[in-house]
Amino acid sequence: MKTDGLIAAAESVESIKRKARRIRWDIVKMVGTAGSGHPGGSLSAADILASLFFHQLNHRPNDPGWRERDRFVLSKGHAAPVLYAALAESGYFSREELWDLRKLDSRCQGHPDMRRLPGVEMSTGSLGQGLSVAAGMALGLRLDKLPSRVYVLIGDGESQEGLIWEASMFAAQQQLDNLVAILDYNNLQIDGRVSDIVDIAPASMKWSAFGWHVIEIDGHEVPQIIEAFRQAGTTKGKPTMLIARTLKGKGVSFMENQVDFHGKAPSAEEMERALAEIEASGPF
Amino acid sequence: MAKRATREALGETLIELAEEHENLVALDADLAKSTTTTKFASAFPDRFFDVGVAEQNMTCVAAGLATTGKVCYTGSFAVFASGRAFDQVRNTIAYANLDVKLCPTHAGVTVGADGGSHQSVEDIALMRAVPNMKVVVPADYYEARAAIRAAFSIPGPVYIRLGREPVTAIFDEFYEFNFGKAVKIREGSDVSILATGIMVGAALSAAEMLAADNISAEVVDVHTLKPLDGSAILESAAKTGAVVTAEEHSIIGGLGSAVAELLSEKQPTRLARIGIGDEFGTSGAASELLEKYGLTAGDIVRAVRKLI
Ligand SMILES: Cc1ncc(C[n+]2csc(CCOP(=O)(O)OP(=O)(O)O)c2C)c(N)n1
Ligand SMILES: [Mg+2]
Repeated sequence: MKTDGLIAAAESVESIKRKARRIRWDIVKMVGTAGSGHPGGSLSAADILASLFFHQLNHRPNDPGWRERDRFVLSKGHAAPVLYAALAESGYFSREELWDLRKLDSRCQGHPDMRRLPGVEMSTGSLGQGLSVAAGMALGLRLDKLPSRVYVLIGDGESQEGLIWEASMFAAQQQLDNLVAILDYNNLQIDGRVSDIVDIAPASMKWSAFGWHVIEIDGHEVPQIIEAFRQAGTTKGKPTMLIARTLKGKGVSFMENQVDFHGKAPSAEEMERALAEIEASGPF
Repeated sequence: MAKRATREALGETLIELAEEHENLVALDADLAKSTTTTKFASAFPDRFFDVGVAEQNMTCVAAGLATTGKVCYTGSFAVFASGRAFDQVRNTIAYANLDVKLCPTHAGVTVGADGGSHQSVEDIALMRAVPNMKVVVPADYYEARAAIRAAFSIPGPVYIRLGREPVTAIFDEFYEFNFGKAVKIREGSDVSILATGIMVGAALSAAEMLAADNISAEVVDVHTLKPLDGSAILESAAKTGAVVTAEEHSIIGGLGSAVAELLSEKQPTRLARIGIGDEFGTSGAASELLEKYGLTAGDIVRAVRKLI
């Protein structure tokens, strides 16, 4: 019945939001404990990753090599904490391991290492490369006639890399409709605002001119995110780009839209305040 | 025997390999005709991807394909495959230890008239320094075939450096290639000439010339530069007491450097390095360039005479 469906959908949105809160809490705790790392761009993507890992991805955390799984590539590899938190919460490894972030020989390396940590589909860290890799994955899966889909998250500062646009043209040429890119459009990079440094606007026109199906969403509104994933799934003959408007540092008031929290850990006191804020924002 | 370029082995060998292995795919970056991957493209159009003039993209797309169980061979010219896409090779393919076999062609100065912008004199140095990367420089068409074939079953990334110019055959179709094992192709007792790539042919000619002067030169084909066959090199050096290296590459970071590193630590031995000095190439015919940069049999002979 229709109403049941709506109730079920509402429940699922609520549970994704809880996961996003848990992910945010873990990000702050991880980076705070490590004393270094990238909180801003991790928090920015928490709702997107929660929607992916707890709604969209067809994956088996107890069988990370499952051939038919969907893939997720974190092209903006500095946001490793958001990926690790989503993976741990999915059950790829124990949450306890998150607190080893950035420690000597930890599986939770400063940037994701697929050879160390289960669930990491590609080692990243050097910006600009993940979209090409994801296109290669999508090609390989299509060659094997697998139903799997490939998702890749790129940054807006990262989009200044030329390779992003090489990949963009290539994916459209190959009509990779099993590929979905998500742009974490928070308008901040290390040296300032993306729009002040080298602007990527109008992003939507650029990506559609490059042959992609473009969907613009609020990257913190779970219903919009999951609806966009659904639409991407029905798009034929083109890759899809979700342009997600986001707030860097989202969920921690004193980190929001603060360029300095790109790559700076909170102090012990700041960490406690941030965790308390996230706890007060709703149930996990 | 007819001369053939090492690059001619690429397209042909890929076709044979692809018939045996369903998971082989190949990529090129608008140089498929020059690298000969176009032959593979005609035979297996569904398993070939031309990414256009986008070497960085080629490298990363290959990485993505490799994660889905494909063994990827990539083309382009050595200068672009190793230089333009260095970070992609380093951070994506090698860091993740993926099954991508880089087989660029037109290495060294024998590219010829295209000039210095197209002549990779530093690609071995770059690739040798990258963890997980293996480096092979075939001496002739047959060794190139065998190396391309062998690379399929060597786990992780391999860089196979191929050339444009036809070179005289040293081996034949029955040659058995052993990855990582240097090949002694001429016994000698007065000097060891360790050569790689097209300089193996020059080293053999030099050994002939030296024999006329009663100098007995041993010639070793060091086709695998990484991992280096240390024991074979040390054994030959111990026997002859003098080593000359020869390569169509800068003397910085290539075979000469690798051998110098080995000998100076393990077994100091008199050493002379034949290679390109610290400079870029220039336009000219391949034979003129080999003369200009001191890469002929005569240059090896002179180096040997000076050394012993
Ligand atoms: C090739 C490369 N150059 C520079 C860096 C250093 N770096 C790390 S994050 C970053 C800014 C990224 O900005 P953006 O893509 O907008 O990320 P976000 O705002 O989502 O954190 C830079 C320049 C890098 N990791 N890789
Ligand atoms: Mg940004």
